[in-house]
Amino acid sequence: MKYELVIGLETHVELDTKSKIFCSCGGHSEAKEPNDCVCPACSGMPGMLPVMNKKVVELAVTAGLMLNCNINRYTTFDKKNYYYPDLPCAYQITQLNHPICTDGLVTLKTSMGERGIRIKQIHMEEDAGKLVHGGKYSYVDFNRTSVPLIEIVTQPDFRSAEEVVTYLNKLKSMFRSGGISECEEGAMRCDVNISVRPEGSEEFGVRTEIKNMASFEAIEKAINYEFQRHVDALEYETEELVQETRRFDDASGKTFAMRNKETEADYRYFPDANLMPIIIDDEWLEQIKANKPVAVDEKADEYRAAGISEKEIDMLLSNNKLMKLHNDVVSMGCNSKDAAAWILTDCAGILRKDGKSLNELTVTAEKLGAIIKMVDSGKINRNAGKKILIAVVEEDVDPVEYCSKLGLDRKVDESMISEVIDKVIEGNPQAVADFKSGKTKAAQALFGACMKELKGAGDPGTIKSVLDEKLNTL
Amino acid sequence: MKYYMNVINEKGNIALEDTLLYKGAPACAGSRILEGYTPLFSAEAVKRLEENGYVISGKAHVGEFGLDLLGEFSHYDKKEGALKGAAASLVAEGAVKAALGVDMNGFTRRAAAISRVDFIKPTYGTVSRYGVISCAASGEQVGVYAGNATDTAEILNVISGHDEKDGTSLKNEKYQYTASADISGKRVCVIKELLDKADDATKANINAYIGALKKKGVEVEEISSDIFEISNIAWQILMTAETCNNVSRYDGVKYGYRAKEYKDIDELYVNSRTEGFNFLTKAVIMYGSDVLSKLRYKACYEKSLKIRRVVSEKYKELMSKYDAILTPVCSKTSYEAYDIKDAFLKVFEEGVFTSVANLIGTPAYVTKGVQLLGGHFNESALLSIAAACEGEVE
Repeated sequence: MKYELVIGLETHVELDTKSKIFCSCGGHSEAKEPNDCVCPACSGMPGMLPVMNKKVVELAVTAGLMLNCNINRYTTFDKKNYYYPDLPCAYQITQLNHPICTDGLVTLKTSMGERGIRIKQIHMEEDAGKLVHGGKYSYVDFNRTSVPLIEIVTQPDFRSAEEVVTYLNKLKSMFRSGGISECEEGAMRCDVNISVRPEGSEEFGVRTEIKNMASFEAIEKAINYEFQRHVDALEYETEELVQETRRFDDASGKTFAMRNKETEADYRYFPDANLMPIIIDDEWLEQIKANKPVAVDEKADEYRAAGISEKEIDMLLSNNKLMKLHNDVVSMGCNSKDAAAWILTDCAGILRKDGKSLNELTVTAEKLGAIIKMVDSGKINRNAGKKILIAVVEEDVDPVEYCSKLGLDRKVDESMISEVIDKVIEGNPQAVADFKSGKTKAAQALFGACMKELKGAGDPGTIKSVLDEKLNTL
Repeated sequence: MKYYMNVINEKGNIALEDTLLYKGAPACAGSRILEGYTPLFSAEAVKRLEENGYVISGKAHVGEFGLDLLGEFSHYDKKEGALKGAAASLVAEGAVKAALGVDMNGFTRRAAAISRVDFIKPTYGTVSRYGVISCAASGEQVGVYAGNATDTAEILNVISGHDEKDGTSLKNEKYQYTASADISGKRVCVIKELLDKADDATKANINAYIGALKKKGVEVEEISSDIFEISNIAWQILMTAETCNNVSRYDGVKYGYRAKEYKDIDELYVNSRTEGFNFLTKAVIMYGSDVLSKLRYKACYEKSLKIRRVVSEKYKELMSKYDAILTPVCSKTSYEAYDIKDAFLKVFEEGVFTSVANLIGTPAYVTKGVQLLGGHFNESALLSIAAACEGEVE
């Protein structure tokens, strides 16, 4: 029998805000010591009250817009009760009844073709702290408590591990381009809900949940392992499947049962009376919309329309820094396709020679834009531009100054070119003789000598045609 | 000596109940679970008093988390004989000009009535709850004990107004409360169902007050209303649920009391909380976690939220006809020490007089052992009635 994999995802993403979700503590990711970034509020002292960080609402709405969700204009917070030492108040502030975004959709292109994944909801919540176990004691670090998170919950719409990984990569590039999260190591964590059913069946199989996965590679491995385990259980009755939470062990590549869901905890959710309902009015929503960056899909279409190749589009979309550089250069008035080539071919080539990758590119948009503009306007030729670029990448020189210092922008008219060519022909009788005897390669050497004489200035096409003409009429 | 004291305390001395934080002073809310806890900051209301020249002269005992009848079950202050609230007593004795307390489940108002001082529980959201050792966030409010209506208004004017540190604080920057002496033509009602629950001495009290009101030209009418009983049930459900949740942070891990003996983290929690909370708090926690459980949430908690909306409407209707409602504060005029195992039920029964103001956030004023209930933001009407009748009642 053929089996179908059914997956739903809950993805937690840490938001890039200056301060925590309900207090003004900031910079937890730079904190050097445990509990460097705590205040009476986020460490659960009596008398402190949560105060909503507006930026969190704005980033959550931006994420909702990017994922085509309904933005709920009335949104509230609830308390989820459970005891754990890393949770200072013994409750987590989250959203249950009125989440900020609902009913979204993302489309994915994979080997299964183009398919839509429905987003059930996005809600805001606070992160918990961290326990450090050492010797006889365990220690509590509250640096991470109350760091804002959004949780994106999908419907059980994934049918392969490939779709899951494609989706996560898409979220990642969306959130990076949207300034929602840099999605650095550990800032994006997934709970994967898996079930398996005979192909064609409408009913869902027994569901298992793999909790707290941070690496995409591990997620893929875990899904494939679980699929096989479920299929074996269904087909060969190797075991009885139960609804449970499992943990993926990276070393063995297997999943193990954590706790049984039959004794599911009652979290006693109820509304948080310390936080008033948040009302998102038209004005605020329009403001958030106006600041929202273009969605990845729209961006790709824009690149395609400019004639940029698919490979280059992928390179730009997967690297927020390059995308921004490209964007800035284009907004200076440079041609989009040219700009992509300068960044992805020329800059990459220069860095490669030094054994570096594009991630290490430090060129500013102003400098790169200046070079491209000089070339596009015909002030200098492309080779001269490249020469300047090398100096900019390697020594961070000022492109315009450097250009005039080397005289690359000297006005070179045809009579000057003609003069130089005559001089070169005169000074290289051997090469001219070689050319005449049929060694066409000799023309190349003469062209190089002309370029050298002109110190890189002048239009190479013109030089070549004048040279050819003169050689052929000799 | 006396002269010197007057100079530094020109505005007056203020006492704080132990449910309010004062920077550097131990704050335990009467509970062993907070033993040794010293806050790093003062409550906003306290800070405003100090900024305006008042002197905080000390803290007064409260029953654990202010959950009891009259402040009798403090871990730090064993009571025998006749019960009295500590802060209310300080005001009655003239030791302080005023005191701040947290009005949450009627204790502050009952204490004021027994000690025959004034107390105001203002409209929800007018005084910052920042720095209150919180139990029931949706209905608790900082209130003022004082010797008369003028002093009460003076202190309330200082502590009220918007505070950005409290998300439930209303946007009004400043409130101006006044106690005018002319109340003739005002209308006051008394509730038959509440009078029926009071003993003879309490009824006599109410009648004396009605006499004073009439003398001042106030029209008094007896009416029947069912909102008080239902408000009490709803508020006890919401209050216990919120308290259960808010005191769950006292777990022996971070501060306060930790059990001496435990094997693992679960025992640390269980032993610390078993030894740290008194019987009444435990009863409230049990009741509160029960009404929040999946099994009862809809029937208890959600229903109480609906009752809150319905009562709010009915109350508004009443306030369109009357300037204030005159009620007893509690069923008797004095209480003797009793066994803590009876506390939960006793407090519940007395809550019928006080709960409505916490449930829907309206102001309440205790004066001369009676209670005046008013409409949202209409503190001045209550203050005026109290001020006008001050000289008329013993």
